[in-house]
Amino acid sequence: MRIPRVGGDGVWRWLSGACVALSLLAVVALLVLVVTRGLAHFWPADIEQLTLDDGQRIAGIARGSEAGEQRYFTANRDLDGQVWRWVETQAIETRETPPELLYAERRDWGPFIGRLTAVETPAGERLQGDEAERRLRRALAGDAEVTTLHVRNVEGRALEVEFAQVASLSWPNRMDIGDKLAAWGHGVWRFLSEAPSDGNTGGGVWPAIFGTLLMVILMSLVVTPFGVLAALYLNEVARQGPLTRLVRIAVRNLAGVPSIVYGVFGLGVFVYGLGGHLDSWFFAERLPSPTFGTGGLLWASLTLALLTLPVVIVATEEGLARVPVALREGSLALGATRFETLRRVVVPMALPSMLTGVILAVARAAGEVAPLMLVGVAKLVPEIPVDGEFPYVHLDSKFMHLGYHLFDLGFASRDAEAAMPLVFATATLLVVVIVVLNLTAIILRHHLRARHRALEHS
Amino acid sequence: MSAASFSAAETQRFSSAVVDFPSTSSCFDIEALSLAYEGKPALRDLTLRVPRHRVTAFIGPSGCGKSTLLRSLNRLHDLNDQVTRNGHIRLEGQNIHGRDVDVAELRRRVGMVFQTPNPFPMSIYENVAYGVRLQGIKRKRELDEVVEWALQSAALWEEVKADLHASAWTLSGGQQQRLVIARTLAVRPDVLLLDEPASALDPISTLKIEELIRGLKSQLTLILVTHNMQQAARVSDYTAFLHAGELVEYAPTDTLFTNPRLRRTEDYITGRVG
Repeated sequence: MRIPRVGGDGVWRWLSGACVALSLLAVVALLVLVVTRGLAHFWPADIEQLTLDDGQRIAGIARGSEAGEQRYFTANRDLDGQVWRWVETQAIETRETPPELLYAERRDWGPFIGRLTAVETPAGERLQGDEAERRLRRALAGDAEVTTLHVRNVEGRALEVEFAQVASLSWPNRMDIGDKLAAWGHGVWRFLSEAPSDGNTGGGVWPAIFGTLLMVILMSLVVTPFGVLAALYLNEVARQGPLTRLVRIAVRNLAGVPSIVYGVFGLGVFVYGLGGHLDSWFFAERLPSPTFGTGGLLWASLTLALLTLPVVIVATEEGLARVPVALREGSLALGATRFETLRRVVVPMALPSMLTGVILAVARAAGEVAPLMLVGVAKLVPEIPVDGEFPYVHLDSKFMHLGYHLFDLGFASRDAEAAMPLVFATATLLVVVIVVLNLTAIILRHHLRARHRALEHS
Repeated sequence: MSAASFSAAETQRFSSAVVDFPSTSSCFDIEALSLAYEGKPALRDLTLRVPRHRVTAFIGPSGCGKSTLLRSLNRLHDLNDQVTRNGHIRLEGQNIHGRDVDVAELRRRVGMVFQTPNPFPMSIYENVAYGVRLQGIKRKRELDEVVEWALQSAALWEEVKADLHASAWTLSGGQQQRLVIARTLAVRPDVLLLDEPASALDPISTLKIEELIRGLKSQLTLILVTHNMQQAARVSDYTAFLHAGELVEYAPTDTLFTNPRLRRTEDYITGRVG
């Protein structure tokens, strides 16, 4: 058998191919893991009722297993003090899915799993059995009123739940696939459109989506003109020499500064420096409570704009350098001034590169969390920073951010384990938001490129 | 025989060779022009007059300074601050480096066509209208007229009139070069500088460009840089031979090619040196 030479083409081809395959696999695995776990959270899975060999009864939703043990999401944090149970598979004697088990999401204390015993109406009536359920269904549809629900968990412990506390309620074991799909869609929609509740572990993430998008848009509005003008100056106006080289090196190195350092800079310069002065000049009557002298949307956007400035400058400069000298000279030779040449020939041709810079900036900014913790992001701000009140966009307000929300859910919430499915759901959403932002910019760039299609061929 | 073996005195004697024509009909007057890139001399003490409404060719081996000379005439060297210049260039009697000269206006009057076709990434129409728009002409009718006239003058109209809004980059190399000529003609220059305009083209396209050059001299003065001696012989009225930044011989084309005064010129045009 022939032994392949180390320097042979085949070996290198396999090696490089394997590296690509491995990278692809890693990315796909990551996405699949995050997306499936994130989206599974909204699926109304069947509730199992288990009887164990020691007579204990448990009701919960199976979520994963490990070496002879199965994990159940049992909810009812107020009754049990925990929401997860590991059950030894051997200890399970019976396993049923009783149709009357209900799953209710409450605004406090998280979900509840158990049975409905009675409902109370505003008139003080107490309805039981099927009547109670009929009344509750009508109340959920908005056709009737109910004040309190009397429920029991599977072990029979009773609990009263205010109807106003119920965010959603369903009987998963009675649902067919169509109902479940509808409930899943409804769950996803609520996640996207509602404000967080119950210490961020319940409800949706709409303020965080909006905060992330608004901050990224504000950041782009700041960084694009600054970066483009800086690159134009460096490449077109400044006399090329040791000084411009030095500036270029400095700009490229700025891109490598850890983002938390930008956060510290933003805190010192924007929040305390600029914000403090703004407060003492324009908002003195509100002091000592700060208006701009504390973290907020504006300072966060400016900090991230600074962070992404090198990316835009470098991409724009590359685009400008790629415009052939022949075209600049052709324009000048027709009697155009340098500015006219820049405006009519050079900048239009460099536009796709500028947009590439903005795309990279957006991708970086949307995923950045560390500096934001210093300059304006907050754990819970249920109100979005845009409303009907002058000045409509409240640049001084704190805001929520998907990346920080993710961190908060997973590591800073009072029940990190209960929040885990939401961590995956939020991560999925963050990925989707970044992909959407990038796609928008890429489509825009594609449209611009189509106008210069021939340039790409040359 | 190598060019370097000529004595300095002999070179000096012929370097400012003057072609005999009335000074009133000279377009460019170049006087004692020296030019250096980063201190390295590229043109040395060059004096010559370019006649109006004629085709004048600059020939010489690569690196002899013929393109440098051409680019001095529309001050394209201004963009490079490594270039230092001495001497004078006058266009129709006016010093082109004078303080009151508007460089953009000078470049409009002295149009230039480059070695490789350089149409802008726009439509054919927009390419031709580019310089016209810079002059402040915005009316559609006026632009249409100029575009058609320029394309006709550059013998391109018939080929492109069906789709003026196609990208200029879809044209062939020869068509692109004629488009660039049309674009230059559209701003009504007095002089047209051509820097090896056919060196990147096939023989048929070259022929078309040469025909065009001959036809244009009734309208304007043409200066052609070429390293193709046959081309210089075919299209030009006067020819200047440059070598190592110096003007070696300058004469009516017929004379220079049939009866050069200097051995050095003869060696170059017969292909023994260069």
